[in-house]
Amino acid sequence: MIRLLLSLFFALAFCLGSATYSVAQTAETAPNASSADVEQTARAVGKQLRCVVCQNQSIEESDAELAADMRRIVRERLREGATEDEVIAMMRDRYGDYVLLNPPVQANTAVLWGTPLLLVLGVGWFIWTLARRRERTAELSSLTEDEQAALAKMKRDLT
Amino acid sequence: MLAETGQMALALAFMVALFQTVLPLIGAHRGHVGAMAFADRAALLQGALLVYAFGALTAVFLQSDFSVKLAAVHSHTAKPLLYKVSGVWANHEGSMLLWILILAIFGAAVAWRGRDTLPLSLRSRALAVQGAIGAGFLGFLLFTSNPFERLNPVPVDGQGLNPLLQDPGLALHPPLLYIGYVGFSVAFSFAVAALLEGRVDAVWARWLRPWVLVSWSFLTLGITVGSVWAYYELGWGGWWVWDPVENVSFLPWLAGTALLHSILTLQQRHSLAHWTVLLAISTFSLSMIGTFVVRSGVLVSVHAFAVDPERGVVILALLLGFTGAALALYALRANKLVQATDLSLISREGGLVFNNLVLVASTVIVFLGTFYPLFVEGFTGEKISVGAPYFDRVFAPMMMALLLVMAIAPLLKWRNDKLAHYRRIFLWSVLFVGLMVALSWIIGKSVLGALAAGVAAWLIAGTIAAIIKRTNGSWAKLRAQPACFWGFALAHLGVGVFTLGVTAMSVGAQDNIARIQPGDSLSVSGYTFTLGPLEEGARENFQYLQGDVAVTKDGRDVTQVTTEQRFYPVRNMVTTEAGFAPSFGTTLFAAIGDGNPPTEDGVIMRVYAQPGVVWIWIGAFMMALAGFVSLADQRLRLPKPEKANPAKVHSASPASVVQPAE
Amino acid sequence: MRRWFPIVLFLILVGLFAFGLTRDPKLLPSELLDRPFPDFELATLDDESDLISEDALQGNVSLVNVFGSWCVACVVEHPVLMQITDDTSFQLVGINWRDTRPAAKRWLERYDDPYDLIVFDGESRLAIELGVTGAPETFVTDKSGRIRYKHVGPISESDWSQTLQPLVALLQEEPDLQPMTDEAG
Repeated sequence: MIRLLLSLFFALAFCLGSATYSVAQTAETAPNASSADVEQTARAVGKQLRCVVCQNQSIEESDAELAADMRRIVRERLREGATEDEVIAMMRDRYGDYVLLNPPVQANTAVLWGTPLLLVLGVGWFIWTLARRRERTAELSSLTEDEQAALAKMKRDLT
Repeated sequence: MLAETGQMALALAFMVALFQTVLPLIGAHRGHVGAMAFADRAALLQGALLVYAFGALTAVFLQSDFSVKLAAVHSHTAKPLLYKVSGVWANHEGSMLLWILILAIFGAAVAWRGRDTLPLSLRSRALAVQGAIGAGFLGFLLFTSNPFERLNPVPVDGQGLNPLLQDPGLALHPPLLYIGYVGFSVAFSFAVAALLEGRVDAVWARWLRPWVLVSWSFLTLGITVGSVWAYYELGWGGWWVWDPVENVSFLPWLAGTALLHSILTLQQRHSLAHWTVLLAISTFSLSMIGTFVVRSGVLVSVHAFAVDPERGVVILALLLGFTGAALALYALRANKLVQATDLSLISREGGLVFNNLVLVASTVIVFLGTFYPLFVEGFTGEKISVGAPYFDRVFAPMMMALLLVMAIAPLLKWRNDKLAHYRRIFLWSVLFVGLMVALSWIIGKSVLGALAAGVAAWLIAGTIAAIIKRTNGSWAKLRAQPACFWGFALAHLGVGVFTLGVTAMSVGAQDNIARIQPGDSLSVSGYTFTLGPLEEGARENFQYLQGDVAVTKDGRDVTQVTTEQRFYPVRNMVTTEAGFAPSFGTTLFAAIGDGNPPTEDGVIMRVYAQPGVVWIWIGAFMMALAGFVSLADQRLRLPKPEKANPAKVHSASPASVVQPAE
Repeated sequence: MRRWFPIVLFLILVGLFAFGLTRDPKLLPSELLDRPFPDFELATLDDESDLISEDALQGNVSLVNVFGSWCVACVVEHPVLMQITDDTSFQLVGINWRDTRPAAKRWLERYDDPYDLIVFDGESRLAIELGVTGAPETFVTDKSGRIRYKHVGPISESDWSQTLQPLVALLQEEPDLQPMTDEAG
């Protein structure tokens, strides 16, 4: 029961958290996509790209001129039919991983992405052992009816 | 003259701090009462000297005495009075002096308040550690960044203050944040003193708790004020952007929150002694790292205003000295600490342990994300960014798990309990949560948003259930609850309100940006923002370009805001003042962009519609207030040791939200 | 043994911090080294109808210098450019970035024009293709139009004599490879 509850809310917490903050609804951008769709995708893309002349701002948040130009190029590419990933890849090609606010999973980010996973597993393992330990002590202290019957039978058999 | 006496006070305070470190430690070791008692007097004297030094520097700024270099570089005669005062700490030297002033005041407060409640040896050892920290940072100030340095020749006028920093938010934000940061030094000193004494127990936890509460409340307040300030001053529509400087203030908050809860556990169950000592050391170390990062430019950030690697090296050395010594002491003495170990999962203690695990894991994650680019660059030379998308993805799930447990744990008994006992409460809560999820889904049209709102509702329901359970719905019992109980309820409800605000904001916030002419409009979320004619003019110490923006929805007038682009000639700098229409519903604002001078095509305008953003800060203020509320209780009930009465001690325990099982 | 874990972890962290202090957080490496100069089609500064493309860099070693009339550091670098422009063994190409034509022309009149060719890039089209983050930045391309070096910030006399000039000389020694088609960017 407890374990079920725990695993349930961990699962819930995870799918929740992983997208609670992301505003963007990813829209498929067809070549003839409407400008509203392009705008929406462009915003989602822009929030993942760092304004390289600013410090810790995405190009969507920045007033810098280069950010404005990058925003425009993002929209142009989307209007030409590029997908979200293609536009991000194009910017990464020019400015390197530095432009990506969301670091890609690769060799040099293994520790960055791996640690949270290990921490969650660690906390989960701790809770699991705690729950098991408690169940075992509970078993030791009180026997079920079947067990008591079995015990009584054993005693009877012995005598 | 004033500057010289100020400097003398600092030098004297440095000497006093050295004696405050050495004498009481020897005294405590040899059992010499006089040497131990010296700690109190030294701490009080050090406090007085720093108040004088800080007062002298403030006076220099108020008199616009530009023969003092600091005032010449950071002040100006044309600056409004408030900013002359806040200018004192809007620079490296002044803010370090403020840091040390607060440290000394905390030391003096421990001496003053603890004089008849704390055992002499513990108190003198804690004050000695406090003195050592003071001596370290005073030395740093005197030898590398003297605030009273004179300038020759004396300039006719000062260079002014960075216009971004000319804001009432600045007058408040650093002092509040620093009280929080530095307040944790008391926890650090107490932890080291307890290791020296070889005793960490429930009584120690009770002494420590009010100091942690004070620091935590001020830090919460400081971070919140900072968030509000950044929101309206920078005008990007972000209340939290996971900037490194924000993160390093958040790290001690996370660790401090864990500490607050582990102290509670130590006090009630005599468990987590090792853990609490380590948290006390870590929390203040993270505060020092916070200071270090802002000073050194180790991380590129929008907020760092004193980028100077050499100063960073000195602060790193201080960190190495203090934290290293404390952890070495821990390694040597940890075997002397005893603690209870019979932890059960379904109990309030279990909940608090879970709280601590998640908070510490979150601290590790925020730390890792903040410093990871630095580490990668150090090892491989590759440049990467870790931005908001990473933190959102990794941090949010942690918090969701925490919130789910937060709702249940306060209902449980301290020791072994069964969830089955709470079936009725769960049933009602699930109904409430279901309603909330359905409602948010209908409004927000977002499944994840609705689920997040559900988690917040779950927490609020659980907290209300704890109130009802504690009082059986009786008004008299409700009124008889101790302040600490209200502190708990308010803080947890605050987290719920905060989460609702964040969810509404994440799901519903919209913005738009375009270069437009006066008379044109820009729409977002159904609101139409129309820019009126632009006016130019000059005020106080800046020139401005101002536009009124009328907001309508479905043809009806909603509000009107005024946005400005300002030019500060003294600093040759342009800033933007966004025009806000804050609301408990949807906050609207518009800004004409800086960095882009108006051209024949008009000005760049950004417009935002952000539902629920105000509730984020209301929730955060509730948490801060909750800390102060609990404190009222603590102050009233802290008994003198000789009069201490076990029964009373128990009833005063703030954590006894539900009567303990034993 | 577990008691020593916190301090060991802490010392490792301090080591990492100390290492970080020795780094300048503002330097960015170029992504484009040893890749062909990106495709572009932009007008020159003088003539809006005179479109040129990356072909202009073929067959000759070039110094491609990003500048703008708004850029303070470009004024610092300018005397060095004036000095090296006499050397005809390579071409000096200017990219006039985020500027207006009148302002750029006034600036060149005031300080003199070192460039053999100036591409007008008012909307950062080429600049973003090049991953430019500020001005001045200078790219060195070889005879086949491949980027071989990127210099960030103003070129000082010693930058020129110690780094750039030897590189240009080296590139001129290389055989003139014909335009590459095998590169996919």
